[in-house]
Amino acid sequence: MRRNVQIELTVNGEAAEASFAPYKTMLEVLREDLALTGTKHGCELGECGACAVLIDGEPKLSCLVLAVECAGKSVDTVEGLASGAELHPLQAAFADLGAAQCGYCTPGILMTAKALLEKEPQPSRERIKEAISGNLCRCTGYQQIFEAIEEAARRMSDESAR
Amino acid sequence: MKVLGKPRRRVDGRAKVTGQTRFADDIVLPRMLHMRLLRSPHPHALIENINDEKAKAYPGVHLVLTGKDFPVTFGILPVSQDEYPLAPEHVRYVGDPVAAVVAKDEQTATEALDLISIKYRSLKTISSPEEALANPEPRIHAYSELGNIHRLQAFEFGDVEDAFKRSDLVFEDLFFYEGNTHLPIEQHAAVAAVDGEGKLTLWSSTQVPHYVHRALARVLQLSPAGIRVIATPNGGGFGGKTDICNHEMVVAKAAMLLGRPVKVCLNREEVFYLHRGRHPVLMKFRTGVTKDGRLAGMHLQTLVDGGGYGGYGAASTFYTGALQTTTYELPRYKFEAARVFTNKPPCGPKRGHGTPQPRFGQEIQLDRIAEQLGMDPAELRLKNILKPNSLTANWLKVGSIGLAECIRQVVERSDWNNRFRKMPAGRGLGLACGAYLCGAGLPIYWNKMPQSGVQLLVDRSGQVTAFCGATEIGQGSDDVLAAIVAEVLGIDPFDVRCVTGDTGMTPVDLGSYSSRVTVMMGNAAIDAANKIRLQIAEAAAEQLEVSPERLSFANGKVFFESKEMTFAQAAGLAEEKFGTLGAVGSYKPPRAPGRYKGAGVGPSPAYSYTACVVEAEVDPATGWVTVPKIWIAHDIGRTINPVLARGQVEGSVYMGLSEALMEEQVFRRLPPKLSGALVHKIPSLLEYKSLTSLDMPEVDTVLVEDPDPNCPFGAKEAGQGPLLPVMPAVANAIYDAVGVRIDELPITPDKVLRALEKKSKGEPARVGPEHFPAVPYPEPLVVPPPWEGGDGNAVPGAQRLKAKAA
Repeated sequence: MRRNVQIELTVNGEAAEASFAPYKTMLEVLREDLALTGTKHGCELGECGACAVLIDGEPKLSCLVLAVECAGKSVDTVEGLASGAELHPLQAAFADLGAAQCGYCTPGILMTAKALLEKEPQPSRERIKEAISGNLCRCTGYQQIFEAIEEAARRMSDESAR
Repeated sequence: MKVLGKPRRRVDGRAKVTGQTRFADDIVLPRMLHMRLLRSPHPHALIENINDEKAKAYPGVHLVLTGKDFPVTFGILPVSQDEYPLAPEHVRYVGDPVAAVVAKDEQTATEALDLISIKYRSLKTISSPEEALANPEPRIHAYSELGNIHRLQAFEFGDVEDAFKRSDLVFEDLFFYEGNTHLPIEQHAAVAAVDGEGKLTLWSSTQVPHYVHRALARVLQLSPAGIRVIATPNGGGFGGKTDICNHEMVVAKAAMLLGRPVKVCLNREEVFYLHRGRHPVLMKFRTGVTKDGRLAGMHLQTLVDGGGYGGYGAASTFYTGALQTTTYELPRYKFEAARVFTNKPPCGPKRGHGTPQPRFGQEIQLDRIAEQLGMDPAELRLKNILKPNSLTANWLKVGSIGLAECIRQVVERSDWNNRFRKMPAGRGLGLACGAYLCGAGLPIYWNKMPQSGVQLLVDRSGQVTAFCGATEIGQGSDDVLAAIVAEVLGIDPFDVRCVTGDTGMTPVDLGSYSSRVTVMMGNAAIDAANKIRLQIAEAAAEQLEVSPERLSFANGKVFFESKEMTFAQAAGLAEEKFGTLGAVGSYKPPRAPGRYKGAGVGPSPAYSYTACVVEAEVDPATGWVTVPKIWIAHDIGRTINPVLARGQVEGSVYMGLSEALMEEQVFRRLPPKLSGALVHKIPSLLEYKSLTSLDMPEVDTVLVEDPDPNCPFGAKEAGQGPLLPVMPAVANAIYDAVGVRIDELPITPDKVLRALEKKSKGEPARVGPEHFPAVPYPEPLVVPPPWEGGDGNAVPGAQRLKAKAA
């Protein structure tokens, strides 16, 4: 029998424990052991960006991170993005402006964009393009994603100005 | 219009941004097991022996299945029932599934795959159409029409040679469109389970649950009443989930045998093997024109590389010629096509299904014709646009055509007249147009039943539930359903609950393919909603003391002048008067006028039109092509939700540009010491290149509204047509920029450099196919076009198609 490893970490702001086979990636542990299926997989190679989550605030490809490496760390996924029932401004803008078509790449892009806006509250279009260049979207052609991130940045700065 | 045409959040938008949309691989059931498939490492071989004893004995393994467990074949088309869920004796491409292991987890199943030993006897690999034509043996399939030629088709709509004689110029050009794949970010997944009644449920990332339902009944030899197929929201489809898939059949069988839920999720490498993507097509166009820029006739020959199985291929092959007549007036047209089998993953429908390839050739050739005649390419096209409500040479009935306005829009917005042929060296503009179906006129299997059904449930609380078999693949089919029902009943789209894509719960809709959903489901939804509306109006009218036809439904109210009540009150009165409220609606496309054999591919209730201008910059030192901006105008008939419509158009532009510049499904031969087999060069996302956010140009999108009477509120498709003009517009822009013709896709820097080098040596500045092989096309079916007499039938005695081929 394989032996599971056990770690403690913070997931979406809450203390969590997970027990899993030691070869598992953070992506697998999130989806299979923590029942957080909002984070997606698309390539197993770190190419598509669908699995992007924040680890200690930094966007990371969870398919390339061994879960055991996340012991004691803080992991944020799309499930933790909204405040209660209220959507995060990025989520609202993505839904309103057509930035999510099939929605499969959306969680990874939302998390990547969140990290961007935390560092740069008013990013230029070029900076947005760079920030999400590791997230493939086959549906939208990216325009509406750029616009949604810009709109979210506006809404967030309006809120903080209030 | 209270709902339609207004930008709105899609009804399923919230689920998609919160991670709550449940894709197939997100489904977890108690006691669920996991399945993996073993795939052939050989492109062409016979299976001599399978030993699965070690795998069966491996701890954690519950079941091993092989070809002998599946005696019945399947295939999406009735004429191509040529696939086994697991190949019993003959494998036809690297990746052809041969065995399955079901285990307690994916890792155990994967480990057990290595314990299955299979003895293969290699057969000669047929790697290209040329090899298929040259090698009738070994046969990849015994049922093919001639050697390794799967299908041969030939039609002549009027005497084209005579038309060429009367032409001032006849252009002859060869083009090649390399195959590419859909690359949905969601890999195919399915979960099968036996419910409490002993019936099978399959959740699958499929665009066509109805066809999967039929195939399961056939392959598993079960009553259709004992099977329920639920299409989970697809994480992108683009045609890649429109075929029946091996893993769907196998996982269903495993769940039935084990009495436990079983999940299968393909990895990315397997998705490349499953493929069903764009067919590589070699094309020869001969087109006659008069000096004043009128098309006199066209002769198109295509040679289609089908890969290892039939799939949609017979239809795809028809589509390499069927829609050439739908854009410009073409008095005479001859079309010959051949699809060959090769030992590569099977090709199928990708966005535009068979039509982007000939559109690429046609629109580049038009650019050439315009140049030779000294005409502006936009003017040439405007001069030749088909008249609305007309018949084509091949007997397609075309309705509204907003193409002239589309061309005018992109010409004006790109400042075409001041910039085309006038930009500095290395920069250029290219224009192209396209047309596409709004749903295939005929279902995939012959029947006279509706192609789409919608059922509505309304209760006294005013809540409305819409049931439809249509499949949400990201394009927004649920939103279209909710919007149309809401428009008719005067309520908010968010007050409509959509239950879709479930063969056990929803009326049949044939699926999300051929851009059929808006038109077909939309018409069925109007039909159902109007029935409910009549009942509600009658009940409300009594109470309000007005005649029912004077009542309006809007903003959640039923009213006439100052007399009004809420929709819920009115629904309650109707329930009181008529009993439980419900209605069904259905839609079947109008009968197409063509009567000849083969006339079934091409008809549609309506056609969408698109014009596109691409700006390109070419670096002469590297051959690198940069596209800073694209202007596109799409005749959508009427816009249901502009946010989603724009997304479909821009997504098409993205995918078209990606195909134009980099996407390709290519293969290589291993060296002889490593078996000499033909393998995928790039079965991974690391190597299959597609545009990223950094490569995507600015897109200027215009929606042109020319409502079509066959469509719901006039709304046509937007999901596929806008892709078509992008690739040729890129090629035409490169010609404007540096004066070289790249007549094959993708247009990679090496091809541009090669063409520039030829140009500098004074050779023809072109890179593209140099010859078209001799294809044994049969005698054509002779069908006089509408303006040359005839009634849509073939001329008697001319039907020698089969005879010649045999």
